[in-house]
Amino acid sequence: MTTPVIGVLALQGDVREHLAALAGAGADARPVRRPAELDAVDGLVIPGGESTTMSKLADIFEMREPIDKRIAGGMPVYGSCAGMIMLAAEVLDGRPDQRGFAGIEMTVRRNAFGRQVDSFEAPVEITGVEGEPFHAVFIRAPWVERVGAGVEVLGRVTEDDSRSQPGVRRAGLESSSGPAAGRIVAVRQGHLLATSFHPELTGDLRLHRYFVDLVRAAA
Amino acid sequence: MPESTSPNTNANPVVGTARVKRGMAEMLKGGVIMDVVTPEQAKIAEDAGAVAVMALERVPADIRAQGGVSRMSDPDMIDGIINAVSIPVMAKARIGHFVEARVLQALGVDYVDESEVLTPADYENHIDKWAFTVPFVCGATNLGEALRRITEGAAMIRSKGEAGTGDVSNATTHMRKIRKEIRRLQSLPADELFVAAKELQAPYELVKEVAETGKLPVVLFTAGGIATPADAAMMMQLGAEGVFVGSGIFKSGNPAQRAAAIVKATTFHDDPDVLAKVSRGLGEAMVGINVDEIPQPHRLAERGW
Repeated sequence: MTTPVIGVLALQGDVREHLAALAGAGADARPVRRPAELDAVDGLVIPGGESTTMSKLADIFEMREPIDKRIAGGMPVYGSCAGMIMLAAEVLDGRPDQRGFAGIEMTVRRNAFGRQVDSFEAPVEITGVEGEPFHAVFIRAPWVERVGAGVEVLGRVTEDDSRSQPGVRRAGLESSSGPAAGRIVAVRQGHLLATSFHPELTGDLRLHRYFVDLVRAAA
Repeated sequence: MPESTSPNTNANPVVGTARVKRGMAEMLKGGVIMDVVTPEQAKIAEDAGAVAVMALERVPADIRAQGGVSRMSDPDMIDGIINAVSIPVMAKARIGHFVEARVLQALGVDYVDESEVLTPADYENHIDKWAFTVPFVCGATNLGEALRRITEGAAMIRSKGEAGTGDVSNATTHMRKIRKEIRRLQSLPADELFVAAKELQAPYELVKEVAETGKLPVVLFTAGGIATPADAAMMMQLGAEGVFVGSGIFKSGNPAQRAAAIVKATTFHDDPDVLAKVSRGLGEAMVGINVDEIPQPHRLAERGW
């Protein structure tokens, strides 16, 4: 298989950016909203967006079971931000009825870094990706609080929590869950990959290439 | 992708960049943002699958009916809504009222709408939105207006429509106009873009970027008069990347059901079978007012320039 077919779950979120990044990384990229469209792909990306909305739409449009089945069957999946939440076995600070796919053995805290005024950009080194640290964009991002034995940690926030402040920030805004330093923001468990940040927004295709390679290898 | 944002070369984490502001709007794409006036309504919106809520004191239909000066909401009300839901919370500031915007930022809202639905505070200047960490969404009726707002720092644009009417015709006009003007720029030779920028009353660099990419450099939503799932789907087909629904939900007979239906219609905007299914049994839509029947001075879309 030279050109893998990779779908982007197109219920809500930054679908177009992932489609463009996947195409740039050598995949045949397609939006996926229906079970029949899922059948036609070798791998799936769950984009950034609002995880509560995605979770609801996945149930309403009967995508949950087909995706769970494909994951169990070994289909590679990459989730960014909301996509990471959708791949987490356990979600903290989510809605009670919010459910992800049968994915990575990890506990993820939603909006862990704070509200939008705390959204930030920072360099992150990713194990297995050559070159400069990733220029990571975090938008109301989650972090990983706990990983199971089978999960490989690929990246962490390296800086301390002294984010520079071009604008005014809300007093007492720091997340009650503690500082960002050292928080896990990229993981892999076998054929499943997840990042808290959005490589699709920066034009840096290394992570999408990494995922395309993963899909090729799984075929 | 926001190509126009400069890369962060700083090794330290940075907040409030154009990329995180515009990126936040990218994450809302394909979603519905709903006007709410109480924490209870915010919960109904979240339950229905809204990607965000807009916290305000009165929905546009009531602002229209009651008249008077309309301002930023009470901070207690905004706090109540922030605490009630886990999805992003937006709030409105008056056009040009940079202090209301400062207050909203201090309250921790996720997006500020510099909105013509409220009474303008400044009839010459809009807010300098670059000076804030919180991102802004602004209304536009045409491409020049959209690009002027982006020049001032808006990280998201929405059509204005005619809020509080349930009449979608103005939103249609604005969406078609913006898209038409973009298509026209794409058809122009490079040496005619200078005059095009003059005519649009927008900076040449932005005009050139739009001519090259065929889209605004920020996300474009629609707003104003959307009352049914079919309205939302039509706007998506006209090129909106998402939908604001104001009075249309909580001024209707069955808000929870209508809200959920509009969410589904937005995702499956190009599937008539889904649209037919979700349009059933919604009870009464908001009564509505024809835009033509509103005297000129009371038309909200004509506020802002």
